[in-house]
Amino acid sequence: MSSLFSQEIPLSWFLLLSAALFALGVVGFLIKRNLITVFMSIELMLNAVNLSFVTFAHQWHAVKGQIFVFFVMMVAAAEAAVGLAIIIAVFRARATLAVDRIDLMKL
Amino acid sequence: MHLILFAVFAGFCLVGAINLLIQTHPINSALSLIVVMTSLAVLYLLLGAEFLAAAQVIVYAGAIMVLFTFVVMLLNASREERTLGSRAAAAVGFPAVVAILGVIATIILHAQGLGTASLSDGITSTEDLSKVLFHELLLPFEVTSVLILIAILGAVALARHGDGERPESK
Repeated sequence: MSSLFSQEIPLSWFLLLSAALFALGVVGFLIKRNLITVFMSIELMLNAVNLSFVTFAHQWHAVKGQIFVFFVMMVAAAEAAVGLAIIIAVFRARATLAVDRIDLMKL
Repeated sequence: MHLILFAVFAGFCLVGAINLLIQTHPINSALSLIVVMTSLAVLYLLLGAEFLAAAQVIVYAGAIMVLFTFVVMLLNASREERTLGSRAAAAVGFPAVVAILGVIATIILHAQGLGTASLSDGITSTEDLSKVLFHELLLPFEVTSVLILIAILGAVALARHGDGERPESK
């Protein structure tokens, strides 16, 4: 039991988790049919990339990797505010959130 | 301790992300995304990023997800209907996801020199972070505040747009 407590985690596990979360985000982006949930999948992908940033910052003891994550968070906050405002505007114009019916720019 | 924490919260992350895909109601997806983000904060702590763990909870799980749940409730978003989706997504998207995941996993598993994470080494304190942020990267930090300001103005302008048109149509 004590070996279990003192055991260290290989950083590759964090990277694999990050890759898995990113892939799940891409799958969500492809299969979800609701505009808000599609947007949530994008946030999931951003989070997955943040995890690999923090992992590599830990690997090379670099503070700048973490600061990059901080900037990604800020940009994500701005992006969420603007994106949700766009979703509200789309809902007012089309009265639907289904991505299949928002096809004005489709060829 | 470290390994147990990692196993538990990595499991929460994956289950939350899969639940986000399975659930058909947007509010359930939002709640499972909150689970993912909060578990990621614990993983950041395991990697020694204490400030980012706090910021993850406050900014992501707090501010951004509250915004999401507000919008879900404001628009009264109902259960999404399942459709087949686009043919491009099925033909190109899913094989591409599998291929990318496979390539990334192979590269990571064959990578040499990746270290380990433990509680004792490499904790980046908020002081270290702020020294670099406010000395070397002050200009990008200030530029981000302009970005946030523009985002606020843009959000207000976009969300108000409908109100201006409604009286004319009535």
